[in-house]
Amino acid sequence: MMAASQSRRALVAAELRRFGTFMLRELKPKGSVLTPFNVISGAIMLVAAVLLTIRFARGLGAITNLSQDYPWGFWIGFDVITGVAFAGGAYVLTFMVYILGQEKYHPIVRVTVLNGFLAYVFYAGALLLDLGRPWRVINPIIGNSFGVSSVLFLVAWHFMLYMMAEFVEFSPAVAEWLGWHRVRRFLAGLTLGAVIFGITLSLLHQSGLGALYLMARDKVHPLWYSEFIPILFLMSSIFAGLSMVIFEGTITHKVFRHRVGAALHASHDDIVVGLARIAAGTMFVYLFLQLLVFVHGQRWSYLGTGLGAWYLLEMVGLVALPAALFIQGYRGRDLRVIRTAAVLTLLGIVLNRLNVSVIGFKWYAPVRYVPTWMEIEVTLAVIAAELWVFRWVVNRMPVLGTAVGLVREEPSREARAGVLAA
Amino acid sequence: MDRRDLLKTMGAAAGTALVSGGLRAEQPGAEAAEPVAILVDTTKCIGCRTCEWACADAHKDAGLEFPEDVDFSVERTTSDKQWTVVNRYETEKGIIYAKKQCMHCLQPACAAACLTRAMHKTPAGPVAWNEDRCMGCRFCMVSCPFDMPKFEYHSAVPRIQKCVMCTERLAEGKNPACVENCPAGALTFGRRSELLEQARERIYAEPEKYVHQVYGEDEVGGTGWLYLASVPFGQLGFRTDLGTTPFPAYTREFLYAVPVVLTVVPPLLLAPSRASRARAAAQTEGHDEEGNA
Ligand code: SF4
Ligand code: SF4
Repeated sequence: MMAASQSRRALVAAELRRFGTFMLRELKPKGSVLTPFNVISGAIMLVAAVLLTIRFARGLGAITNLSQDYPWGFWIGFDVITGVAFAGGAYVLTFMVYILGQEKYHPIVRVTVLNGFLAYVFYAGALLLDLGRPWRVINPIIGNSFGVSSVLFLVAWHFMLYMMAEFVEFSPAVAEWLGWHRVRRFLAGLTLGAVIFGITLSLLHQSGLGALYLMARDKVHPLWYSEFIPILFLMSSIFAGLSMVIFEGTITHKVFRHRVGAALHASHDDIVVGLARIAAGTMFVYLFLQLLVFVHGQRWSYLGTGLGAWYLLEMVGLVALPAALFIQGYRGRDLRVIRTAAVLTLLGIVLNRLNVSVIGFKWYAPVRYVPTWMEIEVTLAVIAAELWVFRWVVNRMPVLGTAVGLVREEPSREARAGVLAA
Repeated sequence: MDRRDLLKTMGAAAGTALVSGGLRAEQPGAEAAEPVAILVDTTKCIGCRTCEWACADAHKDAGLEFPEDVDFSVERTTSDKQWTVVNRYETEKGIIYAKKQCMHCLQPACAAACLTRAMHKTPAGPVAWNEDRCMGCRFCMVSCPFDMPKFEYHSAVPRIQKCVMCTERLAEGKNPACVENCPAGALTFGRRSELLEQARERIYAEPEKYVHQVYGEDEVGGTGWLYLASVPFGQLGFRTDLGTTPFPAYTREFLYAVPVVLTVVPPLLLAPSRASRARAAAQTEGHDEEGNA
C-alpha cells in the first residue's frame, strides 16, 4: 500500500518534471529574436503599454478623441466590429467542413479556427480597453444585473461563449502538442458539438453587431442605416471571413513554409480557388440585398452628395469589383487576381464597418471624430500581440495541415474510461 | 454515437436558451402606471438659468458645476458637468428660451441598451443610473435619441452623467430642484396624465399663443418631460424626426429571434452533418483510416 502510493508519487513527480522541462523549452522563442519584425512590433507594444497606463490613470480622454458626440470610436469601430467580421472565416469554414462535409477544406480548418479564436481574444478583448469601468465587466455575467433587453448584453455573452467553443474546436491541437493522446481523443469528440454551437452563436453575434445600431437609427447616415443592418452584417461577415482566410493563408504560407504539412501544400491552390468562388457568390447575394435596401430606403437623393460618392466607392469599388475579380480568378485559376480581390474585399469591409460606426455616425455633428495617433498605435499593438501569439502557437502546435480528420473517429471506450478515471 | 452528438447539441442549445430566455422580457417597469413628469412652458421661461444653478447645487456630489457666464449665441448641450442647460433661440416670434435635459422617456432607449441595468427606469418614472453596476460601455449614449447620457472622459473612474429627475429629493417628498427654484413658474411637477391635461387646457385657453402640440406627449412613445411652445418645436432645437415608436421596439424583433435561432439552428445543422459523415464513412470504407489519429 505504502510502496504503491510512493511509487505513484514518484511517477507523478517524474511526469511533472518532464512536463516542466517541455514547457520551458517550448516557451523559449524559436529562431532569432532580433528580427526587424520583432523589433518594430515590440516597440509598438511598448509604446502602447505606456499609452494604456496613461489611459487607465487619467481616463479615456487622455489618449483618445472620443467625445460626448462620439462615444464609440476607432477601438470599437475597427478593433471590435471590423475585427469580428474578419474572424468570420472560422464559422464559415467549420460549417463547410463539418456540416456540409466538404473535406477539401479540412486542411485549413485548424489555422482558421486558431485565427478566429485569437481574433476574438484580442480584438473583442480590446473592448476592455474601451470600457470606462472595465472592472465591472463581470456584472452582466455573474447575474446580479442581467440587462436582458440589451443587444450588447447578447453580443457580450456570445463573444464569451463563442471564444470557448472555438477553444474547444482548437483544443485537440493543444493536446497533440502536449502529447496527451487520451485527452485529445476526448476533446476531438467534442468538436462537432462545439462547431454547431459556434455556428449558431456566430449567426447571432455577427448580426448582433449590426443590431447595436438599430436604436441609433437617427444618428447613422441614411445610406448606411437600415433596419436590415443585422442581415447585411451577417451576410458580409461570410465573405469578409473568407477573404481574410485567403489573405492570411497567403502570408502564413510564406512565413511558416517549414510548418506547412504536405496535404495542405498540395491542395492549397485548390482551396483558395474554391474559397474565391464561395466569396463571390455571397458577395452577389449581399449586393442584391444592398440594392433592395437602397430602393426600399429611397436613397437616390443622397447619391449626389460627398458621402454618396463615398458610398458608391464602397459598393462598386470594394464589393462589386472584387466580386467580379473573384470570379475571374476562379475561372482562370489565377491566384494573383484572387488575392487582389481578397484585399479589396477586406478594405471594403473596413470601410463599411467604419462608415456605420464612425464616418457615417453623426455625420451632421459640428465637430467630427477623427482618431488620435495613439488610438491607432494601440490598435497596431493589439494586432502585433495577436501575431506574436499566433506565431508562437503555429511554431509549436500542429496547426498548418497536419493531423486532420478530427471528427471522423470517436474516442474509443478505453479512452473514455481513461478520461473518466483521470 | 449520433445520439450522443444530438444530446450534446441539445444540451448546448438548452444552455443558451436559458441564458437568453429572459430576452423576451421587456424592460421591467417600463410602463409605470402613473409616472411623474415635468411640464415646461417655454413661453414663461425668462432665460435666467436658475434651474441650471439649482441643479448643480443639488448634485454637487455628482461633480456638477454651474458656469457663471455663458455665451447665449451658441447652442450649448448638457455635459458631464451639467445635467441641464438653457438655450436661447431666435424664432419667428422673437427670442425664446428652452431648458434641455434627459427627457425621462416612458420606454427609455438608454435603459434598453444597458447590459448591466445600471441605467434603469424607476417605478415612479424617473430614469436613474446606478454607479455600482455600470461598466462604462457607453451603449446608452449611442442609443439615446436625445443624446443625453454624458461620460466623464477625463476620469479614471468615470461616471455616466445625466438628469435623474432628483430621484433622491422625490423620495423625501420634495419637488425636483429646478422646479422648486424656477422664479418664472415655467416648470410644473406632477403626475404625467394631470400635466398633459393642464397643458391641453393652456392650449385651449390661449389657442393663438401656443402651437397645438405638447412635445413629449407622443415622441419616442412619450417622455417624462413635456413642453409647450409658441413656435414649432424645430425652431427650439428639438428633434422633430424621431417618430412616436418607443425606441426599444426597434430591437425587439432581433431580440425575439435570438431564442428561436438558438433552438432551431443546432438541430438543423446536425442533420446534414450526420448525412455528410455517413457519406464520408461510406467512402473510406475499406480504405482504413489514413493515419490521422
Ligand atoms: S432622454 Fe435619453 S437618457 Fe433620458 S430617458 Fe430618454 S433615452 Fe434615456
Ligand atoms: S455605460 Fe453604463 S449605464 Fe450606459 S449602457 Fe453601459 S453599463 Fe449601462
